Amino acid sequence: MENRDYIIELNNISKSFGDKVILDDVSIKVKKGEFVTILGPSGCGKTTLLRLLAGFGQTDKGEIRINGQDYTHVPPHLRPVNTVFQRYALFPHLDVYENIAFGLKLQKVPDTEIDKCVRKVLKMVSMTDYEDRDVESLSGGQQQRVAIARAIANQPKVLLLDEPLAALDLKMRKDMQIELKEMHRKLGITFIYVTHDQEEALTLSDTIIVMNEGKIQQIGTPTDIYNEPQNSFVADFIGESNILNGKMIKDKLVEFVGHEFECIDEGFGENVEVDVVVRPEDIYIVRNLESAQFMAKVKSCTFKGVHYEMFVETDKGYELMIQDYNAFVPDQEVGLIIRPADIQVMHKERTCNTFEGEVVDENHVKFLYETFECTVPEGFSHGDKVDVKVDFSKVDLIDHQEDGKLQGDVHFLIYKGDHYHLTILTDDGDHIWVDTTDIWDKGDLVGINIAPADIKIVKRNEDND
Amino acid sequence: MKKFFAQCYIWLLLVILYAPIVFIGIFSFTESKVLGNWTGFSTKLYSNLFTGDMQGTGSLMSAIENTLLIALIAATVSTFLGTVAAIGIHNMRGRGKKAITFLNNIPMLNPDIITGVSLFLLFVFLHVSQGYVTVVLAHITFCTPYVVLSVLPKLTQMNPNIYEAALDLGATPFQALKKVLVPMLKPGMISGFILAFTMSLDDFAVTFFTRGTIGLDTLSTYIYTDARKGGLTPELRPLITLMFVGVLVLLIVINIRNIRNARKAEE
Repeated sequence: MENRDYIIELNNISKSFGDKVILDDVSIKVKKGEFVTILGPSGCGKTTLLRLLAGFGQTDKGEIRINGQDYTHVPPHLRPVNTVFQRYALFPHLDVYENIAFGLKLQKVPDTEIDKCVRKVLKMVSMTDYEDRDVESLSGGQQQRVAIARAIANQPKVLLLDEPLAALDLKMRKDMQIELKEMHRKLGITFIYVTHDQEEALTLSDTIIVMNEGKIQQIGTPTDIYNEPQNSFVADFIGESNILNGKMIKDKLVEFVGHEFECIDEGFGENVEVDVVVRPEDIYIVRNLESAQFMAKVKSCTFKGVHYEMFVETDKGYELMIQDYNAFVPDQEVGLIIRPADIQVMHKERTCNTFEGEVVDENHVKFLYETFECTVPEGFSHGDKVDVKVDFSKVDLIDHQEDGKLQGDVHFLIYKGDHYHLTILTDDGDHIWVDTTDIWDKGDLVGINIAPADIKIVKRNEDND
Repeated sequence: MKKFFAQCYIWLLLVILYAPIVFIGIFSFTESKVLGNWTGFSTKLYSNLFTGDMQGTGSLMSAIENTLLIALIAATVSTFLGTVAAIGIHNMRGRGKKAITFLNNIPMLNPDIITGVSLFLLFVFLHVSQGYVTVVLAHITFCTPYVVLSVLPKLTQMNPNIYEAALDLGATPFQALKKVLVPMLKPGMISGFILAFTMSLDDFAVTFFTRGTIGLDTLSTYIYTDARKGGLTPELRPLITLMFVGVLVLLIVINIRNIRNARKAEE
């Protein structure tokens, strides 16, 4: 029944702490010997997922299989996995040798063999001759090496790494990345690596699992994830990108920034609203305006070492980020070209806010725990369950929380060339999506108002969840 | 000038605080029966104390024995109970944790006499015959909160992943407790033990109310009875001096330990 190639199978894992949903129906399969990275912003549930895999905490729902066997309810000390913790978690009362030998001693491995093993793993992490050192006298990088040595000394089937490099400085992080990759190749065991650092994920992994808000956003190879992000969250989180509203006119033809472009995507249908992603290095910037697809004016130009990073304003008023080896001075008129293969078209997750509501009377409807004034169309009466639709651009955000009908904070934002697309998390835990040209920062507290004319009431679509 | 007065103030305070004990110390080196009469330097009281050449030596020695034994048992048991309780409290969340910590602090602030009387009433109510056992139980009761209080900070300072790391490496919860948690909590447990030991040594009120009528004496109740019988036996003066020096040494040891630990933590 189960596939022998998969060393780890997580099936429909859900986990909540109190009211807060941390993991929502997460399923992952990991092949033997893979280097898998779980990537996401802090609070996305990646660490919780790793902890469930290690056995620290129980799943609310779902099943954990390791090597084909059910481990859902097995305590941590009986699982064939070992963890490298973010803050090392070495035993301060033991020296380096005793730390590494800890697991082997518990297994009653003969002393001579423990000796051999400790020396072997210390060599592997380039810490030979450190056996007798007090762990607290070691630097952060050295402690992390010992922590890795301690975990692999137990010869786990799977090594779990919880942001192991997060506490190290940049230079050391880069060196350790290379060493980890080398270690993975030598050991041949499966690595599950948790990080919020997208560059680290792209460098190290065979497979990246992008998570946000307890859900898997995309699973793929680093090149897949970078070149073909499946939604605007992934596009925004991995690397720099221009994310724009677009319209799929027909197969292989998409419109955005006010122009039509040839692309290679098919099967979206005709005149369908989509999100378009163009990486800044994929926009060609030329002096010869004749050969260009559209025009723009350079607004700023910053030297970034290898390339220049420029912001331009297109002829239709959109702002784009461009990376190029050549510098163009501000106010210069330039031509831009985007090749069909460099345009990534994505389905929109939603095109307007939809809330579950209930009609109060002909002038009021209740949704998001509040009663709003509006015009209820004919044919609805008190108590009818309805869908309430509000356009992204019709939600008003105000500085003073108290002045808003609803209160919330800016949870996530994406710049879309000529406006910001914000995700607002209300104090009651609901999401409202807002398009605005005002500048807000993540975490800003906002009041939310919706004008009566902008509230549209339609019959409840039962298929909608 | 300001500094001079500040210095004077602190020295004055110290003199007032330590004058009585220094007074006893000085007069432990003279033979006079009445406290306050200096009849020349002598170490006879010290030698009397150790050779047993004094009236009521037997009961004094058994009182000292009782005191030490009770303190040892009470400190050991409360160190165990307090450590387990601290681990439990540390792993609690939210309001329950706050409530238990608060409840733990009350017995320490409660006047000894109230603890003593209420324990006395409890034992009477439960028809427990009073004696050695009740005194030991009473001492464990008021010593345990001090151990909890000295172990809890060690738990808070500890990297929460360390216990998990032990489990992760294949230790059963009990092995993780024995091989990782207890060694790491040891400094707190030792401070707690010493604190409990001195609290037990020091106690008068609770012992007085829970010792019953079998004639069990600890040092404090012995001295109390002795003083009421008409004057303090002179040999108690060197005893008190020695005890003070003993406690002083113990306190210095604790302080040095704490300073060392703090330094180690800074590194």
